[in-house]
Amino acid sequence: MTKRLALALAFTCAPLLAQSVILNNSGKKPTVAIRNSTIYPVTSAPIANGTIVFANGVITAIGTNVAIPSGATVIDGAGLSVYPGLIDSGSQVGLTEVSSVAGTNDTSELGDLNPNARAEVAVNPHSNLIPVTRVNGITTVIAEPEGGIISGQSALIQLSGWTPKEMVLKAPVAMHIHFPRLRTVSFDEQPQDEEAEKEAKKNYSNQVDKLRDILRDAQAYSKAAAARAKDTTVRRFDRDVILEALVPVVEGREPVIVHASLARDIKAAIKFADEFKLKMILADAEEVAQVIPDLKSRNIPVILGPILALPPHEDDPYDLIFTNAKTLYDNGIRFAIQSSDSHNARNLPYHAATCAAFGLPKDVALKSITIFPAEIFGIADRIGSLEVGKIANVIVTNGDPLEIVTQVKKVFIGGEDIPMDTYQTLLYEKFLKRP
Amino acid sequence: MKSLIAIVTFTVTTVAFAQNVTLIRDATILTVSHGKIEHGSILIRGTKIAAVGPNDQITAPADAQIVNASGKFVLPGIVDTHSHTAIEGSVNEISLPNTGMVRIRDVVNNEDIDAYRELAGGTTTALMLHGSANSIGGQSQIAKWKWGRPASEWIVEDAPRTIKFALGENPKSSNFRPPAGIPLQYPSTRMGVEEVIRKSFLDARDYMAKWDEYDARKKRGENPIPPRRDLLMEEMADILRGNVDVHSHCYRSDEIMMLLSLSDELGFKIRELQHVLEGYKVAREIAAHGVGGGTFIDWWGYKAEAYDAIPYNVALMERAGVLTSVNSDSDELARRLNLDAAKAMKYGGLTEEEALKLCTLNPATQLRLDKRIGSIDVGKDADLAIWNGHPFSTYSRVDTTFIEGQIYFDRQRDLRLRQELAKEKADRLKKEADEAAKEKKEKTPEDKND
Repeated sequence: MTKRLALALAFTCAPLLAQSVILNNSGKKPTVAIRNSTIYPVTSAPIANGTIVFANGVITAIGTNVAIPSGATVIDGAGLSVYPGLIDSGSQVGLTEVSSVAGTNDTSELGDLNPNARAEVAVNPHSNLIPVTRVNGITTVIAEPEGGIISGQSALIQLSGWTPKEMVLKAPVAMHIHFPRLRTVSFDEQPQDEEAEKEAKKNYSNQVDKLRDILRDAQAYSKAAAARAKDTTVRRFDRDVILEALVPVVEGREPVIVHASLARDIKAAIKFADEFKLKMILADAEEVAQVIPDLKSRNIPVILGPILALPPHEDDPYDLIFTNAKTLYDNGIRFAIQSSDSHNARNLPYHAATCAAFGLPKDVALKSITIFPAEIFGIADRIGSLEVGKIANVIVTNGDPLEIVTQVKKVFIGGEDIPMDTYQTLLYEKFLKRP
Repeated sequence: MKSLIAIVTFTVTTVAFAQNVTLIRDATILTVSHGKIEHGSILIRGTKIAAVGPNDQITAPADAQIVNASGKFVLPGIVDTHSHTAIEGSVNEISLPNTGMVRIRDVVNNEDIDAYRELAGGTTTALMLHGSANSIGGQSQIAKWKWGRPASEWIVEDAPRTIKFALGENPKSSNFRPPAGIPLQYPSTRMGVEEVIRKSFLDARDYMAKWDEYDARKKRGENPIPPRRDLLMEEMADILRGNVDVHSHCYRSDEIMMLLSLSDELGFKIRELQHVLEGYKVAREIAAHGVGGGTFIDWWGYKAEAYDAIPYNVALMERAGVLTSVNSDSDELARRLNLDAAKAMKYGGLTEEEALKLCTLNPATQLRLDKRIGSIDVGKDADLAIWNGHPFSTYSRVDTTFIEGQIYFDRQRDLRLRQELAKEKADRLKKEADEAAKEKKEKTPEDKND
């Protein structure tokens, strides 16, 4: 930290913390001006020696010639960079605390079909994972259920708030379908015997049938509901929360994030989505390079990640996962990057950077964790870049946030000055002082 | 598929073996032991580094293979002290609380593609370990990822003997239960783990006493019956004799203290604490025992005993005087230990020089191979990787990896070979389809005759 910044912070932090206000609260957010820094709006060219102002949780001005409102907390950003908060397009942040301790996990409901499971009702705003994630510049994450075939619905949450409601930016974001996987090889990729292969195919088609059946039921339910809404003399029927949750999906109003990794499964998933006219977003997608035309012709966006993962097959190129983003970019397919993590969702920027190490332009890598996800999730009018009128999710760094050695100096979420301490920094400080 | 890979990789190394003098020219050399050399050259002769220094001080013989590395970086081969790569079958001989008699060297699988992927991340040497399902898991093996060479050549023959211990949740079977019908296995508490290790050493002392007695009686000219040889006891006795290095999996500070106390009491030496995620809580005690620590930089919260893991662990241990490394325990992470080392600059403020050692010289020292590997110095094994940028940048990747002067990974060659592999695969599939079609055609008239 430069001396000048330290000084500036010493003067500015105390009052900020005192009036610290909560996102989505009706309370007043402080007016903050960060000046003399390089601003990376992401949706437009970087601004050298720029100033950004936000008030009431919203960005009010950006540029080189910006008047600083009276009463604003002024931060001298000399030598520093300002970026929009990073967005993780898929995580379990908020839904788990200790992976091996069942009592702390709320990610996977029992059974295969849980469209009515909603992530936002199980997010723990006081999870220690939340500060750990946000101090590395990730201000917003998709918290998503997993497990089964229809896992439930995800929520886009800000990583700050006293209650789940204060955190939610958008919920539901999407229905999550883990498309059934057809595996005709054993765990170590040896061909299975005929019997086992038959069994695998049977299980697979049973699962797809199960998925098809419930979506058909949801279509019927939607039709019945529409009919009764129009004409009350239509026979009354009991509410079914499971089918009801699927109505926006079969009506094409709510997107479906379809998780599929291998080309065969992705193709089957796309065909399935066609059948039900689903508003599909493809996720995971390790073999996405093999299905480019299918995605392009339907304008299906893709959520890639984790990028820091091994290729699925032993004869795959070693960099298969690293090069997917470039392939999508070169082909004009919209994409975003997820950590697919919980405790280390903080490493999201390094997943994106690895794509850049293998050919994706650096500025596009940054977009894949800022504006691209905002666009894909239909919330680009509120987050994903530094623009006047957008929510003040703002991070201040001493360099490129996609580089590990960069330090994130300050984080603002919805204009709120976020404390930079975490469960981990507290332990660090405690043992630094061990007598 | 394995055969295809074998064919391809054989081509890689046969080409490489033709050369024995190589000059890497005009790179930024991160020697790790003596700073950074800008515009530097490295002369490799045979398996060793013959010279290293600024370009103008290094001359190459006429027959040298020249590798132009202008604008690139050279880092010593990364050393991973916690690997389960290239081990055939299960890593856990799970059947007893102490299976110290079993050996990784018997199950080195030189066709594990993850070894090649790790080369592509600049990793050259690893300590191949058993799992942590039992308090004493078995004899580990130090190996180099000599992809395409026989497994016997992967083994570093003159490396120290090593053994894996494990403490905490895993050896007490906290997070998994045996299938129905198979009884729970002792131990199931940290008390039991301590007792298993203690009893094993006490038994070993008895075993040693029996042999001492036998030798003494024989010396006196008597004709005693020899004690029954016991491979486990021989190994335990060799630990007590200081012939085998202990690398112990551990998490919580209390179990770390337990093992340190036990080593004091029973007189065995611990070389390296593995994981040691709460090492920062007792860093000074670890340092006082002269024990190293190989840890994850930022994994945490996956088990109760990993909840207090902090990314500052490395910095706190280093500052307390513990010889610290970052290691992988993962085929995936083993491809980017350079970036984990970089995180020690971010979390706790190690200098670049200190951080570079975390994945090179420090782990080499923990393996007691620092005379041979871990830095770019004259006389050391020519194990190194050429990076297209600083290895601490997330935007960098490896271009070429050398082990003992031979190229085992080269990105350009990889790109070329994958085209060939794709063609070979397509040709074989076509051949198979053609043969199937032919067979069908031939069969049809016969069927008619029947």
